[in-house]
Amino acid sequence: MDASTRTKSRSKKPQYSRFTQQELPAWKPILTPKWIITSFVIIAILFTPTGLLCLWASERVVEIIDRYDDDCLPDSYSTDPDSFIQSNNTNKTCVRTLKVPRKMSAPIFIYYQLDNFYQNHRRYVKSRSDKQLRDPDEADETEDCKPINGNDDGPIVPCGLVAWSLFNDTYKFFKGNKAIDIDKKDIAWESDKKYKFGSNVYPKNFQKWELIGGGALDESKPLSEQEDLIVWMKTAALPTFRKLYGKINTDLEANETITVVIQNNYNTYVFGGEKKVALSTANWIGGKNDFFGISFLTIGGVCFFVAINFILLYVLKPRPLGDPSYLSWNRNQGAQ
Amino acid sequence: MVYFLGNETKLGMSRGVAEPKLTAMDAMIDKLTGAIFIFQIVVVIVLGIAGNVWKDTEARKHWYVLYPDEGPWYELLIIPLRFELLCSIMIPISIKVSLDLVKSLYAKFIDWDKQMVDVETATPANATNTAISEDLGQVEYILTDKTGTLTENKMIFKRCCIAGTFFGNENGDAVKDVELLKAINTGSPDAIKFLTVMAICNTVIPIKSPSGIVTYKAQSQDEEALVRAAASMHMDFVNKNANILEINFNGSLIQYEVLDYLEFTSDRKRMSVVVRDCSSNKIILLSKGADEAILPCAYAGFQTKTFYEAVDQYAQMGLRTFCLAWRELNEVEYHDWSLLFKEANSTLVDREWRVAEVCQRLEQDLEILGVAAIEDRLQDGVPEAIETLRKAGINFWMLTGDKQNTAIQIALSCNFVSPEPKGQLLLINGKTEDEVCRNLERVLLTMRITKAEPKDVAFVIDGWALEIALKNYRKAFTELAILSRTAICCRVTPSQKAQLVELLKSCDYRTLAIGDGGNDVRMIQQADIGVGISGREGLQAARAADYSIGKFRFLTRLILVHGRYSYNRTAFLSQYSFYKSLLICFIQIFFSFVSGVSGTSLFNSVSLMAYNVFYTSVPVLVSVLDKDLSEKTVMQHPQILFYCQAGRLLNPTTFAGWFGRALFHAIVVFAITMHSYAFEKSEMEEVSMVALSGCVWLQAFVVTLETNSFTILQHVAIWGNLVVFYIINWIVSALPRSGMYTIMYRLCRQPAYWNTMFLIVAAGMGPVLALKYFRYTYRSSKINILQQAERLGGPILSLGNIEPQPRTLDDTDDRSPLSISQSKNGRSSVFEPLLSDSPSAVRRSFGPGATFDFFQSQSKSSNYPRNKDN
Repeated sequence: MDASTRTKSRSKKPQYSRFTQQELPAWKPILTPKWIITSFVIIAILFTPTGLLCLWASERVVEIIDRYDDDCLPDSYSTDPDSFIQSNNTNKTCVRTLKVPRKMSAPIFIYYQLDNFYQNHRRYVKSRSDKQLRDPDEADETEDCKPINGNDDGPIVPCGLVAWSLFNDTYKFFKGNKAIDIDKKDIAWESDKKYKFGSNVYPKNFQKWELIGGGALDESKPLSEQEDLIVWMKTAALPTFRKLYGKINTDLEANETITVVIQNNYNTYVFGGEKKVALSTANWIGGKNDFFGISFLTIGGVCFFVAINFILLYVLKPRPLGDPSYLSWNRNQGAQ
Repeated sequence: MVYFLGNETKLGMSRGVAEPKLTAMDAMIDKLTGAIFIFQIVVVIVLGIAGNVWKDTEARKHWYVLYPDEGPWYELLIIPLRFELLCSIMIPISIKVSLDLVKSLYAKFIDWDKQMVDVETATPANATNTAISEDLGQVEYILTDKTGTLTENKMIFKRCCIAGTFFGNENGDAVKDVELLKAINTGSPDAIKFLTVMAICNTVIPIKSPSGIVTYKAQSQDEEALVRAAASMHMDFVNKNANILEINFNGSLIQYEVLDYLEFTSDRKRMSVVVRDCSSNKIILLSKGADEAILPCAYAGFQTKTFYEAVDQYAQMGLRTFCLAWRELNEVEYHDWSLLFKEANSTLVDREWRVAEVCQRLEQDLEILGVAAIEDRLQDGVPEAIETLRKAGINFWMLTGDKQNTAIQIALSCNFVSPEPKGQLLLINGKTEDEVCRNLERVLLTMRITKAEPKDVAFVIDGWALEIALKNYRKAFTELAILSRTAICCRVTPSQKAQLVELLKSCDYRTLAIGDGGNDVRMIQQADIGVGISGREGLQAARAADYSIGKFRFLTRLILVHGRYSYNRTAFLSQYSFYKSLLICFIQIFFSFVSGVSGTSLFNSVSLMAYNVFYTSVPVLVSVLDKDLSEKTVMQHPQILFYCQAGRLLNPTTFAGWFGRALFHAIVVFAITMHSYAFEKSEMEEVSMVALSGCVWLQAFVVTLETNSFTILQHVAIWGNLVVFYIINWIVSALPRSGMYTIMYRLCRQPAYWNTMFLIVAAGMGPVLALKYFRYTYRSSKINILQQAERLGGPILSLGNIEPQPRTLDDTDDRSPLSISQSKNGRSSVFEPLLSDSPSAVRRSFGPGATFDFFQSQSKSSNYPRNKDN
């Protein structure tokens, strides 16, 4: 019995390990002037050229933007744009001319840009049925789509506010009198066409409701081929966004004049939105976006400035690190 | 017949009921949670109103949203409730789980600590209560028992005075004193009576092992020591058979029949036995007890002067004294008394008091035999431990049942008070209210005068005066308690110990009570932290306590190492938990401004869940291994505990810093994401994932910046977590059915994504780093200075008692230490919001009453300023 209690008490004794004793070897860096100043200088050195590179890349992108919603509104309707856009009898064709500032090499992307359009509104974002889009057997899955979900004739495919408000302005581009081909193939994500929009799901009852929203769909084409719809249904996170309309696969030379024939169908007048058409080339940085370049340069500059200040502080007001005389209790002993 | 067992026994009943304990940190975290909750409500209401306004003025124009003209009756509530859903993540639920996890690990570290194992008995330290480790770092008062806590509780009979003759004075050990042995051998009646009382006036049970060796089982160490000493002087208590006690004196067997036990109580302070000598049939009363309980009961005309002197002399040496007395009773007297005693024992009301009264009747006209003195040695390392802890700014109170002189001697020998002239003891005693009142006033006056001087002032109070003071002069006594760093309370009962703890707690001090015996249980349970010494007086205290340790000196390590680390780690962990929740919540709020104040969530539910559960909670959990200073440095500079005591690492100011950091980082992440992913890139899932990546990257760097020491586990947790983040999202992005299908693959191929991450990290961490460096170097806290010294390997490592260096830079500071730190606080508070360890801590609000005002302008005798509530 004695022996067993002894072994018991021994086993109660903690086992030694570096972890249990909190003695794992540790790296204990401290913020020495050397480290901090060096790292700020390094950030400055890295960020400044990166910023310049981004700016240069962004500068290389050629972009033509043309806002047309106001100009495409006939003067007679300027006080009442609603009746113009909602009427079936008004002539909505509108011609714009654009000048190519620099040579644009193919592929040139055509975007439509909407401002003040809340695709990210809670009511809007949720108003779709991914199941229905994917699978013809789930056409009745329209719970989330209310009120655009269907009527006695059966469910609407594709249902919901997102599809219902499909953008339906159209663009035609002319160089002189010669039409420029617009490639509308492969403007949507491959993954969407393959998995999210079924190749055997066809539009049904779409835009047949008493309230007509945006564009209509060709009922003979499966959803996976309705690329405009797929692009539209990739909801944007910001109220200002661009969506791909098509691609031009020929180069545009500098100073060429391009004519755009717009069918101005989509109603942004009622909520004060803007519509723009944009032609843009792209490179590794994406479209034209000076933000990267400017912020890299700003951060690099600020880091450089901070580093200079710290160096000056270090030189002008040196402070020995870990000076025990700064400990107040040592100081008080002196006072006593 | 009524038996009292287990919890029904007197000890069990006096134990009281333990209340669940809440640490000061938990209370602070609760308070902050409450503040965040109010903030959340405000945000929800404001955004709810804004949302409804926007809906009515703007959203109805946006035809594609198709707001119905007539909504349901609850329509007004929809948007506020949406925001409530969005903002519900503002209060991190995970904080409770994380805290419980790390707290149990703190407790495990205590259990595992090799340096706190008592080698003699192989008892490791044990944390029974796993929830209050942080409080250890915030202790301000330690109330300690003396016997068995400061001392070893190994009682050894050292000296005695029999009938006026001192024994053991020359060689320091009465058992080996030739004179005494001679007296016994020659049969001196006084010596024999003295030995008889030593041997049988007790409740010791001798146990005879088969080999014939007698061992003693005693409740009290003192009794055992006396019996042992008697045995070694040939008065061998060999057997107890029912009521018959057998004593072997020089080979002859003497038998006594026990008639009654007059039990020891802490009020009576003595115990007696009535026995019948089986050979002579005489009835004898044998008594032993404290001098003030025995000596006044001597028969009229008995000269007690020498005994008083003896008691004084022994107490001066720090010995425990017992007076032994004896009286022969005649048959009739005993018979009469016996009836009374039985009756008293069977009363139902006030029995204890009745019994005491009856005992009193018998315990008079005693013949005082002598004084026995028992030595109890100090434990190893007690003086050093007390000195270290006092340097750490912890105030010590000694509460003991012993005599005043003995207590003072022990207090002096273990650095409790410095000897004259630096130290000064102020006595408060007296039997009447007036006396106590006058004494109290006088001591208070002295205290107020000397408070400015760096003098070690302690007050000494005895149980009787304490009773009066607590009852009638509570306010004055409270003031005294706050003024003095040290107090010695002698002759106090267990419930008085608890009352003192209660008194200090009511002044909003964090108290730690340490004791070893059953009489300390009340105090241990009452205190914020109870520490039990698993010693010789059984395990009662250790069981009732939150922590049990083998030796008093381990208390230093428990507080300075475990308590301090726990506090620091929890301070970081809890504030970080709020930070990360606020960060993601602020982004959601910002997003609502660009989504028509409709309450759209930028992040999908899977990401939000994973953000809280994996991405942010794993890296911070390893902060349980973080050490800001090495154990050695902390032990050398115990003063650094002040940062924990004053709650400087977790308070509304530091929290505001984290709040500001969350807001700043949210702005950085949101602004950079929205500008980088604008126009044709502005796709919901992509933008959401970019913002989430930004948050995860930032938090990895925040944890890195706040970590003081990186072990391999920290590296694995911080950077591994980042890797895991990408792996998880790649997996989710590979599922065609998920909303994020292909998103992460697309992003990782875009230079724009990586540019965005660089920008977020640089813009988010740059200012934080610069500010931290600036404060670290030019407005450094004491912790920073010690870190620098420790890690640069400067001269400070041998600085334990460095000579004060003459200050040349700003020597105006020298006179009033408080003013520097306050003016410093004032200056650096500007830089606080982004940093965690703000120097101008907000101390818990102090108790009511203007009596505490002097705290503001005085530095006590502590070596650093205690700016309580600036």
